Amino acid sequence: MAGTAVLGRLTWQAAQVVDVVVETRHVKTITFDVPDWRGHRAGQHVDIRLTAEDGYQAERSYSIASAPDGSRLELTVVRIDDGEVSPYLTDELQRGDQIELRGPIGGYFVWEPSQGGPLLLVAGGSGIAPLMAMIRLRATAGSDAQTRLLFSSRSSDDIIYRNELDQLNGGGLQVVHALTDGQPPGWTGYARRVDAEMLAEVGPSPAERPRTYVCGPTPFVEAVAEALVRLGHNPRTIKTERFGPTGG
Amino acid sequence: MDALMLDGNAVAGLLQEVFAVEVTTAIATCATCGAADAVGATHVYRGAGFVLRCPYCDNTLVKIVRSDERVWIDLSGIRTLEVAI
Amino acid sequence: MSIISRGFRRRRVADAPPDRVPPGQYVIRDFPVLSAGPTPHTPLEQWDFSIVGAIDEPRRWTWEEFRALPSQEVTRDIHCVTKWSKLDTVWQGVSVDTLLDGVDTSAEYVVQYSDGGYTTNLPLEDITGGKAWVAFAYDGEPLHSEHGGPARMLVPHLYFWKSAKWVRGLRLQTWDEPGFWETNGYHNYGDPWREQRYWGD
Repeated sequence: MAGTAVLGRLTWQAAQVVDVVVETRHVKTITFDVPDWRGHRAGQHVDIRLTAEDGYQAERSYSIASAPDGSRLELTVVRIDDGEVSPYLTDELQRGDQIELRGPIGGYFVWEPSQGGPLLLVAGGSGIAPLMAMIRLRATAGSDAQTRLLFSSRSSDDIIYRNELDQLNGGGLQVVHALTDGQPPGWTGYARRVDAEMLAEVGPSPAERPRTYVCGPTPFVEAVAEALVRLGHNPRTIKTERFGPTGG
Repeated sequence: MDALMLDGNAVAGLLQEVFAVEVTTAIATCATCGAADAVGATHVYRGAGFVLRCPYCDNTLVKIVRSDERVWIDLSGIRTLEVAI
Repeated sequence: MSIISRGFRRRRVADAPPDRVPPGQYVIRDFPVLSAGPTPHTPLEQWDFSIVGAIDEPRRWTWEEFRALPSQEVTRDIHCVTKWSKLDTVWQGVSVDTLLDGVDTSAEYVVQYSDGGYTTNLPLEDITGGKAWVAFAYDGEPLHSEHGGPARMLVPHLYFWKSAKWVRGLRLQTWDEPGFWETNGYHNYGDPWREQRYWGD
């Protein structure tokens, strides 16, 4: 499947909710079952479509947060207060409900175990979602690619997938957290916004020629990508996925 | 840089709907400045329609307008599109 | 046949008298920022506004000269082709009639041109006779750059893509020259009341 450019036109498929899990106070992960799902690559996304009874439709894109798993895929959704789609997904959707989605989409912002490492993954808030698919795939594929995740969140309560990342830490994966809005007592991670100094410390160095994936709100991605280039990283080894102004 | 700017990934679904090819890994050569890079690396803006701009010179590579039944795509800002087959 | 998602509704939209809402539009209270490109940041010392093309003599105003012109407060509804409408928006601007005062022209068409390369075209009669302004303030404040500041066109009787942000001038022409969006699917004229969104509408 990898390397095939001709995929056929995308069509909308039915997706049924099989589980809804609370990640943090504003974030939930929804597991969908999509019959005939042909699998996906880590980093790809889906477009979802909601249709109201009066015919009104809204479409949004969400990164797939799970590693390939048969007909199942997980989307992690941040609830934006005055949003139109995210409050529906996080407040309304229940097991058995259906939405439409199409995908998987994207061949640019993907990682496969065969590509190896070293990997530098930099996530801002919900930007962790596609990088988590990579981390999970790395684990299930038994990859030993040296991987560093630098994950910026607001407060420790806002760290999505925190327990799972704690468990996966080790065996070639190093997880480093940065909190911007306050730190709990005894916090040993970074306590400020991601900057060039932090990126240089977390590494890898440009000489190690890492593959870098940066995902999150646009201003975050811009700042990180710029800092990495100033540190000497080759821009062509840095792939970005910008979520727009709010990142939600 | 604009806080609203996205990458080529943001229009990947829309383009694949039309072209039936994974477009974000295609390499686009800018008709204005000659720089070549993946469509996924383009800078995407959302106005009345979508605009994909060259990340090197900011000139327009692609314009996309979409109604319910039709899509209009201007590719004249791309001199050459290289697609793996 | 799309699948209906149980309980999904469009976001609460503002109520509005139907005669103020063109077909296919819904009314909102916020002001979305839509842009075809990066926000330009021309310093005011370098900014000017010009009228060029099929006229006796080109006109040009620096920012100071422009701001010294008589201006008006204008309250209008605006309609975006992406289907949102915003009612009673309040602007401060110089009427295009003021800018064209004394201009001798045989032109029938106009192209608005902006920093960043955006253009949009209209018949000259659609920006004269009190129908268009070069606006420099919105809602009582200097126009923010994300909304087109320091100055943008305001042509409220047409879809809002016909009101160029970051406008730097008007080119009067004897021929019609479709602009940035008109060459790629959007309607050449763009009357929201006849729902002229796309080619062929």
